[in-house]
Amino acid sequence: MDVELLEIRQHMGQHPPFDRLSDSLLDKIASRVEVSYFKTGSDILALNETMTDLCYIRSGAVEVYRRQGDLYNRLGEGDIFGHFSLLRNQKVRFPAKAIEDTLLYFIPKAVFQQLCEEDEDFADFVEVERPRLETAAEQQKKSNDMMVTRIRKLVARYPVMVEASTTVQQAAQQVSQAQASAVLVLKEDSTHPRYSFQDSEGKTWQVCGILTDSDFRTRVVAEGLSPQTSVGEVVSSRLITVQSDVSIYEAMLTMLRNNVHHLPVLYRQRPMGVVHLSDIIRYETHSGLYLVSNIFHQSNIEGLARLAPDVSASFVRMVQEGANSHMVGSALSTIGRSFSRRLLELAEEKLGPPPVAYCFMVNGSMARNEQSIVTDQDNALILSDDFIPEEHDAYFKALADFVSEGLDACGYTYCKGDVMATNSQWRQPLHVWKSYFTDWINNPTPERLLHSSIFFDLDSLYGEDLFVEALQDLIAEKAPQSPLFLAAMARNALNRTPPLGFFRTFVMEKDGKHNNSINLKRRGTAPMVDLIRVHALACGSKAQNTFQRLDDIANTQLLATGMSDKLSYAFEFMCMSRIRHQVIDLQEERVPDNNIEPENVADSERHTLKDAFQVLSNAQKFLKFRYPVPANRTGR
Amino acid sequence: MTFIRPRRKITQADWAKYMQKRAPLAQDTAIQRFFEAPPPSLDTPIAEVPMVALDMETTGLDERRHAIVSIGLVPFTLGRIKLAERRYWVVKPPRPLDEASITFHHITHSEIANAPDLDEIIDPLLEALAGRIVVVHFRHIERPFLDAAIKARRGEGVMFPMIDTMSLEARLHRQKLWARFRRWLGRPPVSIRLDASRRRYGLPSYQGHHALIDAMATAELLQAQIATHYEPSTPLSALWT
Repeated sequence: MDVELLEIRQHMGQHPPFDRLSDSLLDKIASRVEVSYFKTGSDILALNETMTDLCYIRSGAVEVYRRQGDLYNRLGEGDIFGHFSLLRNQKVRFPAKAIEDTLLYFIPKAVFQQLCEEDEDFADFVEVERPRLETAAEQQKKSNDMMVTRIRKLVARYPVMVEASTTVQQAAQQVSQAQASAVLVLKEDSTHPRYSFQDSEGKTWQVCGILTDSDFRTRVVAEGLSPQTSVGEVVSSRLITVQSDVSIYEAMLTMLRNNVHHLPVLYRQRPMGVVHLSDIIRYETHSGLYLVSNIFHQSNIEGLARLAPDVSASFVRMVQEGANSHMVGSALSTIGRSFSRRLLELAEEKLGPPPVAYCFMVNGSMARNEQSIVTDQDNALILSDDFIPEEHDAYFKALADFVSEGLDACGYTYCKGDVMATNSQWRQPLHVWKSYFTDWINNPTPERLLHSSIFFDLDSLYGEDLFVEALQDLIAEKAPQSPLFLAAMARNALNRTPPLGFFRTFVMEKDGKHNNSINLKRRGTAPMVDLIRVHALACGSKAQNTFQRLDDIANTQLLATGMSDKLSYAFEFMCMSRIRHQVIDLQEERVPDNNIEPENVADSERHTLKDAFQVLSNAQKFLKFRYPVPANRTGR
Repeated sequence: MTFIRPRRKITQADWAKYMQKRAPLAQDTAIQRFFEAPPPSLDTPIAEVPMVALDMETTGLDERRHAIVSIGLVPFTLGRIKLAERRYWVVKPPRPLDEASITFHHITHSEIANAPDLDEIIDPLLEALAGRIVVVHFRHIERPFLDAAIKARRGEGVMFPMIDTMSLEARLHRQKLWARFRRWLGRPPVSIRLDASRRRYGLPSYQGHHALIDAMATAELLQAQIATHYEPSTPLSALWT
């Protein structure tokens, strides 16, 4: 490399997508760059001009506009632009202007094309939004759990170890005492250096085998051997072990390949534990399971409230182990539901059996199985049509109060919009609920729906599931035929817009203003949920989960091919960003929230988030067009 | 470079005539070819002028006692600086390097030991400069050094017109009424060194004292100066010296 180009390659090498390029490709770019200076206010790219280069901002700042002149993007040092036009028809589609004195590096088209061909990462980065989001979402999935978590994590305790001269009976006793299911057999020897280690007294030991529960059966009892036989005589010399830093996945493969259920785990040569296949299966299925079973063992609100810290701990662990947003959302919802269920059981114990049948309905994120660690309670009661307010309501009011207070004690704060069963408006017999929904759908206004739309995510938690199902059926039947309702829902779904992206340490707004942080729920995941709900309602889907709704939508012709995948990747990415930042908050002992500060977002995440916002923004535009307010119609 | 020589009287030389006259007299073929490719005429708009930014590192500031160690150049226009066409040479000075200059330009003995004599690069150097306006930051180094070095090797020197980005800065910051007023108030004069000048135009700081990087930095500075204080249509005569 010519040292004289170090300035250029070093600068580019720090910014995506160049930061991942091989040195030789980076050298190639640096040596072919052309440089140009643009004074504040001067045009860099004019509409329909022929594109000949990729533009890289060495210093200064640039604004990129849409054809109509709206701000599309604001870019700073290290950002690139012009790649869309370069990839497509090679005419400038987004004109650009310097908003500060700017020094640009132009990377000639031929070099750009070569980069796209030779480097997959680079191509992914510069091609349309989808591939970048797709790779990001898939990488999150791939880095999932067992591939990255080391087996030492599953080692709960020191192994039971005996000398080869020990009798099988003594060995069996030790195994039973330790409530283990295998014992390692040691010899004072060092002929096999791979399994030799020194104990604290300086003696050199060698692991010569393992004796498991089933070995005691097949090798000792079935063979009719005396209990006084030494373990050294029966132990198999075949020993399969793993090092403590292999992945759980690799350890599992080792077990399957060798058809063993016990796997001694070594740190260097020293045994540190024995992992059983069931440990792996338990790990894989769910860490939250223990918490859930614990919830159902509590006999009062205080006991439940004591479990609240375990919820955060389980959340942090899940994320660290690579769970995706769907897994995290379902697990947290399951935990939240378990708290609610247990509280209802306790309430019934206290208040006696209910006077009429009821269903405890959950709404919002819990209904969608998308709960996060920052959450409030949204619930309601659907009562049997036999309900007589004067006679029965005192019971249900007390029940609702008990549950609501209990949830609050467990960390699920009261709903700010008062969407709770404690509110008499939301504690009604089924026929009233049906009339609510019918009225909302038949006579919608965006303002009315804004407050009640939380009920369009609904699920049964406890009691008569049929009551909620009746309402779900009603919505799925009426909504697709009510264009005015869909239009009103769509209008609400457009209330919250994503920001443009990031510019330096600010969140860029479309009007050119900027903020210090972004509420990723309000500006990202929530508008996405709203938007997808409208499409789901339009196609009569009864699914409540956003990903499942997208699957239902994908089965119709409602969206262009590939669109629901794009939405799903964007949604996943936004959810995971939000979740990861909450984990950081928890780890640094701050109260987790939905706000993300741009300076805490890694470069690559910034770019992908920007893409996700763009997908959301485009989808919102389509929504407005797809569900227009019907002319001269007031609904049916 | 804090060192500035006493100002000489500025006379607008007729470079085209000078070069035309020198061409048939040249003995050396490289020098002859150089003079046969005259620079653009005085009234050419700067946007159409082919230029080449030139910088050299030397063992000192006096062309009679010191020698050239490295030369970097980058062809460019007002629109684009073409890095792909850059040239950079390290040359062996006739006298040994002193330690002080090494710390200054970071070129080491071993690099120099394997380097050619300037004589070997005169041909490609003149070829790269021919027909272009040479742009430097502080012309009182490059011009006399090149002239002396070429004269020593080929028996005849080479003079040519230049745009000096430092002079352009000086016009703005040293010769204006406001600048004189500042001086009268006892304020230090605005620095017109390369890096300080670049900063005024929002240009990034580069690792200085490498002939090619400084040449590139000079080209960027000229683009910035013209974008800020002149027009693409400004005639060459308004800028060169």
